[in-house]
Amino acid sequence: MGAVLQVVLVAVGSPLLVGMMRQVRARLEGRAGAGIGQPWRDLRKLVRKEPIAPDGTGWVFRAAPLLLAGTVLVVAAVVPLVSTTSPLDEVADLFAVVALLALGSVALALGALDTSTAFGGMGASREMIVLALVEPTILLSVFALSVRVGTTNLGTIVTSAVADPLAVISPASLLAAAALAIVTIAETGRIPVDNPSTHLELTMIHEAMVLEYAGPDLALIEWASAMRLSVLLGLLTSLFAPWGIATGNAGLLALLLAAVVVIAKVALLGALLAAGEVFMAKLRLFRIPELLAGSFLMALLAVAASFFLA
Amino acid sequence: MSLWQKIRKTGRVAEPAPERAPGNVLPAAAELGGSVQLRHVDAGSCNGCEVEIASVFGPVYDAERYGARLVASPRHADALVVTGPVTRNMEMALRRTYEAVPEPRLVIALGDCARNCGAFAGAYGVTGPVSDVVPVDAEIPGCPPRPEAIVAALRELTGR
Amino acid sequence: MNLVGTLFCTALAICALSALAGLATPTRLRLPLAGLGTAGAGALGTAAGLAALLGESWSAWLPELLPLAGVRLAIDPLAGLFLAVTGVVALCAAIYGIGYSRDGLDGRVVQAAAPLFVAAMLLVPAAASVSTFLVAWELMAITSLLLVVADHRHRSAVGEAGLWYGVMTHLGFVAILAGLLAFAAGAGGESFDQLRQAELSPALRGTVFLATVVGFASKAGIVPLHVWLPRAHPEAPSQISALMSAAMVNMGVYGIVRVGLDLLHGGPVWWWMVVLIAGAISALYGILQAAVSADLKRLLGHSTTENMGLVLIGVGAAGLFAAWGNAVLAALALTAALLHVVNHAGFKTLLFLAAGSVQRATGTRDLDQLGGLRTRMPYTTGLFAVGALCASALPPGNAFVSEWLLLQSLIHALPTSGVVGAVTMPLAVGVIALSAGLAVATFVKAFGIGFLAKPRGPEAARAAESPPAMLGGMALAACCCLVLALAPTAILPVLSHAVAVALPGPGAVTGEVSLHLAGISSVISPLLIAVALGVAVAGTLALTRVVATRRVRRAARLWDCGGGPMSARMEYTATSFAEPLQRVFDNVLAPESDVDVTPVKESAYLVESVRFRAKVPDRIERRLYEPVLSVLTFVGRGARHLATGSVHRYLAYGFWALTGALIMLAVFQ
Repeated sequence: MGAVLQVVLVAVGSPLLVGMMRQVRARLEGRAGAGIGQPWRDLRKLVRKEPIAPDGTGWVFRAAPLLLAGTVLVVAAVVPLVSTTSPLDEVADLFAVVALLALGSVALALGALDTSTAFGGMGASREMIVLALVEPTILLSVFALSVRVGTTNLGTIVTSAVADPLAVISPASLLAAAALAIVTIAETGRIPVDNPSTHLELTMIHEAMVLEYAGPDLALIEWASAMRLSVLLGLLTSLFAPWGIATGNAGLLALLLAAVVVIAKVALLGALLAAGEVFMAKLRLFRIPELLAGSFLMALLAVAASFFLA
Repeated sequence: MSLWQKIRKTGRVAEPAPERAPGNVLPAAAELGGSVQLRHVDAGSCNGCEVEIASVFGPVYDAERYGARLVASPRHADALVVTGPVTRNMEMALRRTYEAVPEPRLVIALGDCARNCGAFAGAYGVTGPVSDVVPVDAEIPGCPPRPEAIVAALRELTGR
Repeated sequence: MNLVGTLFCTALAICALSALAGLATPTRLRLPLAGLGTAGAGALGTAAGLAALLGESWSAWLPELLPLAGVRLAIDPLAGLFLAVTGVVALCAAIYGIGYSRDGLDGRVVQAAAPLFVAAMLLVPAAASVSTFLVAWELMAITSLLLVVADHRHRSAVGEAGLWYGVMTHLGFVAILAGLLAFAAGAGGESFDQLRQAELSPALRGTVFLATVVGFASKAGIVPLHVWLPRAHPEAPSQISALMSAAMVNMGVYGIVRVGLDLLHGGPVWWWMVVLIAGAISALYGILQAAVSADLKRLLGHSTTENMGLVLIGVGAAGLFAAWGNAVLAALALTAALLHVVNHAGFKTLLFLAAGSVQRATGTRDLDQLGGLRTRMPYTTGLFAVGALCASALPPGNAFVSEWLLLQSLIHALPTSGVVGAVTMPLAVGVIALSAGLAVATFVKAFGIGFLAKPRGPEAARAAESPPAMLGGMALAACCCLVLALAPTAILPVLSHAVAVALPGPGAVTGEVSLHLAGISSVISPLLIAVALGVAVAGTLALTRVVATRRVRRAARLWDCGGGPMSARMEYTATSFAEPLQRVFDNVLAPESDVDVTPVKESAYLVESVRFRAKVPDRIERRLYEPVLSVLTFVGRGARHLATGSVHRYLAYGFWALTGALIMLAVFQ
């Protein structure tokens, strides 16, 4: 029940979140903005357009958007956003969630390589480097979070955070939150790691991979990227600010209430992220490893803090 | 912090959207439903039109609020914005760009040069106006066209 | 003789017969006879191993077979595991070899050595005394060396690889020999049962452990003893590469587990810290070299070093936990390590065989020349994709399961492990994570550049699909990978018997669909992840079919910015794919590049041609081996001056030696 609600919420709400974030940026830049429904209008139009099979591409190119969207949908069902009890909680833990998201990136990178264009190769190469460098930070943050509760299953971690709200402001938790926030930015391709609204091919990572996709394929990719962003933001809020999440056998009303709360929290986080982007420029590609090394250090400190300060 | 003060002091710079008659949408663009991605092709322009396009998507005119957006790849685009007379070097490129756009696709000839070669008519390097190379759906006159004219033409595509 | 014994002895007998068939039969019969024989031996070895894993053990003493000590054999569940793995790899590789060996590898020596190599690998885990073990080990080294140099007539690199391999494997043999002889001398007997009951001083135990670990690590390709591996594995014929990389390296792990945990019953913390650190360095160094490598088989060889490193992290962690008294976690870590051995064997067999198909079809292993094989070799492409997915430790691949178990054992060690653990475990997790991330990048490169896109060279454009025997061998390996990936719960209870030999105790992992761990509440279910993923993808596909109005896919030219058609030279290559990574890890890899600019005759400012060369040398080899080699060369040159060929000089040597000996006797008597 909760899992179905979560998937629907993420599937429907994610484009709205992206629209909201664009709107926040527009307002801060003195513009009027296209309205928060614009990503949905874009998606509606894209699915009506004609799919294209560029010369020389094959099944990998076609399967990539499906796999990308599929992985995010599974993650949306597993991650506790509305309710901590998911029927899939026994299926996949936090490591599996991370690996599933990586699988989505890999699918897209292979789709990009399949086109044999230089941009596809470049985007795939960069995406894989970011993915490889992000991995240690994620797993160490998972480590720091799971030390307290003795498990990596998300339901338990979040439930224990609900039961013990003060643990959230422990040094270990705060450091892990900072590390995971940087990771989220890198994984979702936001400034300062990547610029989602760039037109200059040479500065792109994610956009360079999707240059050959058109119509419904592109719609799937944009939709999946939006879902990825909202799932990761939702995960961040559930891990570090789980207040209001439905625990145990919650009724329909409690689930709806929890849904409203999580929407508010994710919207707030998204707005903060968008506002932060206005104040920052994209980093050069070869400065990104330094940023990620910094986040790795924070995650390492988080683990150390969870042992020495416990 | 100074940037924050600047943002607060500046406030909104986008001019209020001018009135427009509802329902006045280009028939070919009806299917797009309020979202038009544009790929700009400079077929030999003097770059006067480019300056105007840049200002159209700048904060003051803010064409994005009507659902129009510039994109990097013709695969993502619904419409091509072509500027300048089509030079001989760009003729094939323009044709291929048009081929690369998925259906339904539109072409906007922006500026007098794109419509009828303007000042470059009869020049040795020019093939002809855009309509000689690819079918044109909308034209925006002017040398260069004013941003208001470009915005009005774009709104006929997006219907907003 | 019970079932295990019967199966095992039949397997050995078939190996011997196949070797004879390889020597004696005419060329036309040789391949199918030797190949099918080896495959049969592999299948029987697997059966013997599985039977042993299920609890039936077997031992035998044949005093007449070897002078002085006789041959002592014993198959317990731990040996059974390695028998089974070797058997499956041999089965796949032998079937594949029937098709693969047709071009130039159908000689008598190769066809006779391959079954003997398999027999030696079956004998090593079954050996139950020092002498038997050493004989089997040496037989394995010699037969594999013969097979590595099989192709020496066609390529000059083969000879060099054989030299490196021969020297390194024998240095390792010397270390194992010294360690085990010291052990046997201290124990007063050479059978493994006597060694188990030996009471040795801590210093001797430490020496034995270190010496054997050095020897076994050199076989497993652990840094800094790995230098032979990326040379020998790529140069060997591909089914032999698979046997070496998926089965032979495991023997190093087997040796460490057998000697360290079983015969010596574990040891102090520093032993296992050495193993863990060596494993961590190997994992990182191996995958970094793999990530920047543009040679497909060399890349796979480096990846073997990485995976053996991960296994040693698990073995080291198991020893550490046992030393700290945490038996449950120790069992979990060893289970993870052994499962990774099995998983690695599965996907590495598949990948090496697929790489061999590519090499056979295109004549090159250079990823920069490959590409576009998806349309020309569709089955090989699909099979390689399965292997690459498994190797990159992503669900639903098999390595994901074992790395997940390994991570679980490491992260839950923190509360009980003290300060040393609190420093080691996070770093070990970081190493595993980084190597997993880099493995993803590596195998995206190997698959995406090697098989997708368009051909980058004329050889790749002319490729054709492999014959059925080769595809059959690969498909079998792929099936094993899929079973391991989706139903690890079927294997883990059996695996726990092997773990119990080294670390007595109950199994660490239970569950039928999901993996439940003893003492840890983390749960995953690889099968259900795959099912959920399938449902989600199918749902997405159905959704797009419903909402999309234009269904027909229009073929269009690639978007080349409207310019001329794109040529293969504009594509990203493996080198360019790895370039950012090479820059990020500049300090570790120390890549070398040099640019030659030739100006035209008339003016120094006009360039006629520019040559750019870049390569990433093995830094450890350069820093560690080259100085040693140059000292050895120097000493060798010096020795040449001593032996000039003059008889007078040799007589003088004799005279002075005799005088010296007499003086010594006079002084010391």
